[in-house]
Amino acid sequence: MENILKLITENQQMIYIVILMVFLGIEVIGRVPSVLHTPLMSGANAIHGVVIIGAIIVMGKASDDNYLALVLGFLAVVLGTLNVVGGFVVTDRMLEMFKKKK
Amino acid sequence: MQLDILTIAYIIGSVTFILGLKMLSNPAAARKGNLIAAGGMTIAILATIFLYQTEDGQGLHNYVWIFSGLIIGSVVGTLAAKKVKMTAMPEMVSLFNGMGGACAALISAVEFDHVYREFRLDENSFAAVVPIGHYITISAGAIIGGVSFAGSMIAWGKLNGRIKDFTFKGQHIVNLLMLAFVATVAGLTYWSNTPVTNIWFLITMLSALVYGIMFVLPIGGADMPVVISLLNSFTGVAAACGGFLYNNKVMLTGGILVGAAGTLLTMLMCKAMNRSLMNVLIGNFGSSNAVAGGPAKQAGSYKEISVTDAAMLMSYAKKVFIVPGYGLAVAQAQHTCHELEKLLEEKGVEVKYAIHPVAGRMPGHMNVLLAEADVSYDKLMEMEYANDEFKSTDVVLILGANDVVNPAAKNDPSSPIYGMPILEVEQAKTVIVNKRSMKPGYAGIENDLFYQPKTSMLFGDAKAALQKLITEIKNI
Repeated sequence: MENILKLITENQQMIYIVILMVFLGIEVIGRVPSVLHTPLMSGANAIHGVVIIGAIIVMGKASDDNYLALVLGFLAVVLGTLNVVGGFVVTDRMLEMFKKKK
Repeated sequence: MQLDILTIAYIIGSVTFILGLKMLSNPAAARKGNLIAAGGMTIAILATIFLYQTEDGQGLHNYVWIFSGLIIGSVVGTLAAKKVKMTAMPEMVSLFNGMGGACAALISAVEFDHVYREFRLDENSFAAVVPIGHYITISAGAIIGGVSFAGSMIAWGKLNGRIKDFTFKGQHIVNLLMLAFVATVAGLTYWSNTPVTNIWFLITMLSALVYGIMFVLPIGGADMPVVISLLNSFTGVAAACGGFLYNNKVMLTGGILVGAAGTLLTMLMCKAMNRSLMNVLIGNFGSSNAVAGGPAKQAGSYKEISVTDAAMLMSYAKKVFIVPGYGLAVAQAQHTCHELEKLLEEKGVEVKYAIHPVAGRMPGHMNVLLAEADVSYDKLMEMEYANDEFKSTDVVLILGANDVVNPAAKNDPSSPIYGMPILEVEQAKTVIVNKRSMKPGYAGIENDLFYQPKTSMLFGDAKAALQKLITEIKNI
């Protein structure tokens, strides 16, 4: 119990961010018209590609003789990049077509 | 100084994510919003590579590995995203989502390995040396990322037809047990005194993968959009776990933002289908369907209509509604459809499209497709507005849509789709249904609409049928 309470105090900044972001995420999405749902899902998909930053950190910290970490970290960087780049490009392609109107 | 710039870069990144999502809610600004978020992401990534410092003030190394990973990922990602057909878009999103999930799971695995080596966990128990908060973020990232990866792969396979629905009796109980198993092993990893915590961790990850597969396998195709959206928010949460792990605010903001937004989007979709999220989650659709769909209703007789008659009906109508569905997407008939629309407009017919929120394989799927074919925005009517207009409509042309126009959703409480809002096309004077055959739609249920007296069937591939219609109308 004490442990958990301490955990909350230690991470209060992070917890505030989580709470605010939950409300913000709901607020922002709540006004999206349904016609934009697919690009929105795709755009959100690209944004969670921010996980790539974790992959870069893991990769950049791995020591030279730790092949397991090197290989897994490298894979993580590749997959994360796929998520980010692919996600944004696909979203852009979808939205490009919307923009042609009017 | 270096770290201050990194902080600023992360703040910029977080703000662009929020702005980007916000701008995506406005058709005119959406593209810019996406580019802004991409720009912020680039800044955050580059800043991390060059400015990040570990606790002991060391910069990152292994640049060769990092950059080759980035280059490979960028090239493959761009090519895949550029080449994919508009119809295969949902699969692509699912695939990219799975990559993100796998990335999060791998980060956790490497971090576990790091902790394992640093604290000599082959001799110490995890609980003795690592605070539980730290372990929870590692383990949650691995489990959620793993479920998201495996689930997305199955969703991808289902959408492109490589994987069939698979159900057995008591499946959701097995799934719940599986989930309990994952949680138990994750707990064992932390508390057990055995020198093999790394094996426990491996089992945790593997069982998370199995759970991801079992989780999506029974869910019917009609629910795939919901599942992808849900897995999307899972990956967001997995990314946020990474944010906790490294005390990295931009990962946290991005991840939680997507997690919250994705969850809301998922609920909106469930609402459109009048099903609770729980109901979708335990994969009830397949099993209840098997029971309710069993005693097939007396299949009445349907009538076919010739292309000539259909062309005649449509060109002399005052108002025509087109209801697009997955059949249109499969046949890549959106351009032909737009051609038909223009032709009819030239003849003075008012043409509009009625868009059901879950038509196709993803919400908004039809809008994207029709936008690709240059169909004007104001011709696309959302369900509620379209339903008001059907009464004054002469001809409704249904192109490969089925479940979204099934009156059973309104009249038959035993139907698995009972309660789902539908396009009430039967209010129009005439209904022409284009389908390839009388086979039931994705949800696997019969559609009474096809047997009603005002309905006539125009069999064939949507594109071929539309082309014939166009030729006929030109001849009139």
